[in-house]
Amino acid sequence: MTEIPLMPVEQYERLQLRSDEAVKDLWDLLDAVKDPEVPALSLWDLGVLRDIKRNGKQIVVTITPTYSGCPAMNAMAEDITQALNDAGFSDVEIKTSLAPAWSSEWMTQEGRRKLRNYGIAPPEDAELDEDGLTPDAHALCPHCSSRNTRRISEFGSTACKALFQCNDCNEPFDYFKKI
Amino acid sequence: MSEAIKAATLEYTTRLGDDSVVLGHRISEWISYGPFLEEDIAYGNVSLDYIGRARMFYTYAAELANDGRDEDDFAYMRNDREYRNLLLMEMPKGDFAYSQVRQLFADVYYTYLLPELLKSKDETLSAIAAKAIKETKYHLRRSRDWVLRLGDGTEESHKRTQKAVDALWGYTHELFDMDETEQLLADAGIGVDVSRLRDAWLAKVTEILTEATLTLPTEEWAVRGGRIGYHTENLGHMLTEMQIVHRSFPGCKW
Ligand SMILES: [Zn+2]
Repeated sequence: MTEIPLMPVEQYERLQLRSDEAVKDLWDLLDAVKDPEVPALSLWDLGVLRDIKRNGKQIVVTITPTYSGCPAMNAMAEDITQALNDAGFSDVEIKTSLAPAWSSEWMTQEGRRKLRNYGIAPPEDAELDEDGLTPDAHALCPHCSSRNTRRISEFGSTACKALFQCNDCNEPFDYFKKI
Repeated sequence: MSEAIKAATLEYTTRLGDDSVVLGHRISEWISYGPFLEEDIAYGNVSLDYIGRARMFYTYAAELANDGRDEDDFAYMRNDREYRNLLLMEMPKGDFAYSQVRQLFADVYYTYLLPELLKSKDETLSAIAAKAIKETKYHLRRSRDWVLRLGDGTEESHKRTQKAVDALWGYTHELFDMDETEQLLADAGIGVDVSRLRDAWLAKVTEILTEATLTLPTEEWAVRGGRIGYHTENLGHMLTEMQIVHRSFPGCKW
């Protein structure tokens, strides 16, 4: 029997939102807004962009923070407003939604591929340890695809990443934590 | 929401925000003083997690207060007597062992507090807890590792870690105190009855300290007062530094 690859339910639900004709153009427009820390990813890819609504002339955009203290959230909100203003929408409201909490499951397949190309191992490139946390070894090296790697630091350059080093090609790399 | 519950929720949310911002600021004092680069970055990360929590609590507090104040007013425009944080959070950074022991006490506390807050009937408090739970797992792994490494390390590191445990112990009792406000909210299914967390906290802390070859203090002394605004002198000094830019240049952006 052929197995049909399934898309995680979170991603399916997100795609459904995009298909709404009333706001389709706005989703497409905001694809141009990138994560200020990881410019390879759009906010859609990252999963931070949750919802877009048209309220007469007003555009209401809902975002969800990745981590409580993510300092990039303010920049993201400003970039979204700017992109919409530039496209002629002057009345923009950005809402922050805390529930449900952001999960790395929300990241798109495309986003995972872009991350790897950018030199960051995406969440699924490491098996979590028995406590459900980032393991101390064996994240897939985005440079040479080796599993012979070790964790150097639990906390990387931003809250969403841990730092690894490859024992084969010796390159250090960021791992985007699974939460 | 009845007026009494609303007022209590505002007070409670402010307390949780105060705990987070004060601890977050204390941790941030280690930035650029960490023993090595990765540790420096780790402290920066943990600090941001706490400051992020504080922002969420204060934003909600501002919404409940509905008097024109925003999150910044809660953080920067209140004096030490108006702060309601637990005294443990405001203790100075001390040496590395001291900060890690305080962190362990706090991390174990949140390990038990947050899953209870997650059950809160208040959706916002529950949502904040949901985000924080995941972060606290990482925090605890780190502080536990450090306390084990330092306690079971060299003679000097053992001595300093034990000294930190003894010095901080008296500030941990307050973590499990309930007052009228918190009891009202616990009964309403909104707040957490922290008095019920004590046994689990003590068991976990005992387990880690024992593994680290450290001794649980037997001397019973307790300092209290954070929840009613009676602080140690440390908080005033900390707030002076934390608030000066905001107060000197209101509305400043950069
Ligand atoms: Zn490699």
